[in-house]
Amino acid sequence: MSGINDFVIKFATVNGSGSASANTMVAKTLFRMGIPVSPKNIFPSNIQGLPTWYEVRVSEAGYVARRDGIDFMVAMNPQTYAEDLAEVVPGGWLLYDSSMPRIWPRDDITLLPIPIAQICAKQWKDARQRQLFKNMVYVGALLELLSMDLEVLKGVIGDQLKGKEKLMAANLQAVDLGRDYAREHFQCPLPIRARHAESAKGKIMVTGNDAGGLAAVYAGATVCAWYPITPSTSLAEGFEKYARRLRVTKEGKRLYGIVQAEDELAAIGVAIGGAWNGARSFTATSGPGISLMSEFLGLAYFAEIPIVLFNIQRGGPSTGMPTRTGQPDIISCAFASHGDTKHVLLFPSNPTECFSMGAEAFDLAERLQTPVMVMSDLDIGMNDWITDPFGWDDAKAHDRGKVLSAEQLEAFKTAKGQPWGRYQDVDGDAIPYRTLPGTHPTMGAFFTRGTSHDENARYTEDGRIHQRVIDRIRRKFDTAAQIVPKPEIDIRDKNCRTGVIYFGANRPAVLEGLDELERAGVRLNAMRLKAFPFNEDVKAFCEAHDQIFVVEQNRDGQMRSLLITEADVPGTKLIATLSYDGMPMTAAFVRKAVLSRLHPEKAAAAE
Amino acid sequence: MSYIAKPSAHHPALPRNALGLTRRDYEGSMSTLCAGCGHDSITAAIIEACYEMDLPAHRIAKVSGIGCSSKAPTYFLSRSHGFNSVHGRMPSVTTGANMANRDLVYIGVSGDGDTASIGLGQFCHAVRRRLNMTYIVMNNGCYGLTKGQFSATNDKTSPSKKGEANPFDAIDLCQMAIQLGAGFVARSFSGDKRQLLPLIQAAISYKGFAFLDVISPCVTFNNHPTSTKSYEYVRMHNMASENQLDYVEPMEEITTDYAEGTSTSVELHDGSHLMLYKVDGGHDPRDSDAAIQTIRTGAAKGTVVTGLLYVNEGQVDLHDVLGTDERPLNEVPMSELCPGSKALEGINARLR
Repeated sequence: MSGINDFVIKFATVNGSGSASANTMVAKTLFRMGIPVSPKNIFPSNIQGLPTWYEVRVSEAGYVARRDGIDFMVAMNPQTYAEDLAEVVPGGWLLYDSSMPRIWPRDDITLLPIPIAQICAKQWKDARQRQLFKNMVYVGALLELLSMDLEVLKGVIGDQLKGKEKLMAANLQAVDLGRDYAREHFQCPLPIRARHAESAKGKIMVTGNDAGGLAAVYAGATVCAWYPITPSTSLAEGFEKYARRLRVTKEGKRLYGIVQAEDELAAIGVAIGGAWNGARSFTATSGPGISLMSEFLGLAYFAEIPIVLFNIQRGGPSTGMPTRTGQPDIISCAFASHGDTKHVLLFPSNPTECFSMGAEAFDLAERLQTPVMVMSDLDIGMNDWITDPFGWDDAKAHDRGKVLSAEQLEAFKTAKGQPWGRYQDVDGDAIPYRTLPGTHPTMGAFFTRGTSHDENARYTEDGRIHQRVIDRIRRKFDTAAQIVPKPEIDIRDKNCRTGVIYFGANRPAVLEGLDELERAGVRLNAMRLKAFPFNEDVKAFCEAHDQIFVVEQNRDGQMRSLLITEADVPGTKLIATLSYDGMPMTAAFVRKAVLSRLHPEKAAAAE
Repeated sequence: MSYIAKPSAHHPALPRNALGLTRRDYEGSMSTLCAGCGHDSITAAIIEACYEMDLPAHRIAKVSGIGCSSKAPTYFLSRSHGFNSVHGRMPSVTTGANMANRDLVYIGVSGDGDTASIGLGQFCHAVRRRLNMTYIVMNNGCYGLTKGQFSATNDKTSPSKKGEANPFDAIDLCQMAIQLGAGFVARSFSGDKRQLLPLIQAAISYKGFAFLDVISPCVTFNNHPTSTKSYEYVRMHNMASENQLDYVEPMEEITTDYAEGTSTSVELHDGSHLMLYKVDGGHDPRDSDAAIQTIRTGAAKGTVVTGLLYVNEGQVDLHDVLGTDERPLNEVPMSELCPGSKALEGINARLR
């Protein structure tokens, strides 16, 4: 299977050794050669010293899911030599630093020993340089072994060293040392190698968190509050980075405010305060933050305040696996907070959608006057993805929802036939009209509260009124179902009664898995969920299929549960297809799960 | 109990302020607190302060947490938007509101449970952020709505109504606020409107974090003879004369004449003045160390030092720190906030 423009290379290094930027250069060089790559950073919860890996799948066919079976291992970390060796497929290659003699107990792979430390020790005096340039030496060797384009690499290094141009020469010198050594000692290039291609042309390489931060800038968010937590931190930092570039007046004044709050409770409190006052406001967090924000989410739900929350999911429960991915917060987010609550969720599947759905979330939140959560995860959020460029339609206005100006307030009774009341359903869509503080000297003031209130925002303990109000808020969910993004439906066989439901980061693995199944003679229809609440298309797909694999990354089949309770799909036809080891899903997982259920004999034969 | 509206009709001859509004226009709905509750007196002082300062009520935002105190904003300024948030989280909500619109006046109302226990962290960080707001703690030393449990501001020497001893030391919110960098810190007593009124006015005028700890007896659970938060105790032990304060509005002329060497005029951001005059050995309220010492020395003697304790004339507020635009962020048009498709092309190009 592996070959030209189709292989997996993995870097095993030590956290904090400077390897991350060198490894990114390799991925970026391949990308700029036009080849789709999917780098996955598998990192520890640590700053320095623990093992870290960087896996790059190279696929001209555009399959960017993670793939098991490492063709080429760059084994730079003695701590993990044994497991790294074991991961290489038979016939694969392992490059290592041979400055210290080492016996590798495998004879079915090709070893590529390079005395990297010795080369660096000979070339540089400074200890730090000796360390950092080790990375560039193996990059140079890879250039020859995988026949990557030197000019492209130079461009990538140049971009990375912007502002530090004087380091360019030394970096290129290290690359040359690696190249020379590889040329002299190995048969270059290897059968697995790169060549210029077209399939990544026009794409961009970006993380979902960068995209999410940019989305908030484009959506016009002006209030951001957050508390550092992996893997969401870089989203708030992304917002700051872009806002600093794009949101400063000629006088140097900022058109945004960012507060790094004291905790997640305060972070969402700030967002709620900002949104209450009419600024587009958001926060970003991960699982433990969702737990802490739950009380406030109930307030925003009940008081109908439009905030956006980016949840970059990671492995749980509790602190769980902070640096591994997952989709374990579906239920906790859908129903976050005590009492009767339900929230609107969006499920982007790549950074392009983190941008488009991230921006759309603000429109939906203000239209629906409720929190909207963008359910990304560590894989989308922190890994670089080769994805479609961001797009923006200047002609499409931001939907600020039902907010009354002073003039509209004065004209309200005449226009609508009834006096204004904060929680009156005037239009029959269950969405009331809101007013902002400071709008009108005598009209539109009301008291926002999390205690039960009537249609005019007055405190009540009357159970009938309470029920009426929370029923109306529930009806708002029907409106939501009509306006949230529709699912992406892929009918591969009209007569097939078996389907797959999936969402989020699993998209590449599922699509590749479906292709593999098709090649094995098994055709399935598929639906990618983009949002909760579920709309009619979701229900129709479930009705049209007798058995449906629900593919997700959590232990208990949380989306499956949601389909049962919220879309009335009989549980008997929903097959939980679950992967929750913290790693991005593979196509092989999907293929095996489907085959072992539908065609156990084929599954056995295939393995 | 449901919301009780007050009749809107009022006597035509009621005096009016510069905006043509009467005191009634600054009132809220009927209080549902216990008769005699100190909080209602503070409510009355807030109404009076806003009326006298000719503040347009709709330019004020009232924010609170949970508890008896946090209900109080319903009882004043019905023309203002209010936000009764969640327990202990008023500071974060006010932070966001203030970030969104720097032009409104923010009056935060909290209690001793809301601020000194569940919301202690949020309180500290709002101070640290130099949020431009008036933060009033209606401090009665107990949890009223859950029937009289000790709060963290209850003095160790002050037993409960049933006679149970309080095993823990009290948190002094004024000392804390000074230490954390609040620019304006005062303590007062709900039973002393003459002192409270100018303090509220000065706190509202102050640009930066203005903190007011107002001892406000709980008539139902903490007003017994052995309580140090009772009307009787505070009246007996109030060292209100330590530093006295007059608030002089921006347009007004300073007419009060104080003895040479005993008075200081502090100009606030909006052009108003605080006239401070010291009586016998009072500390200089611009000296934070001295302020803390005065509070501690007084407390050791069992007295409650009230009045303006500390003021920093030159405090910068959160917006100064963040470098935000002079316009309220919620008024900046989308055309200025959204960079548009052309800028996006540039961003895409950089990611290739």
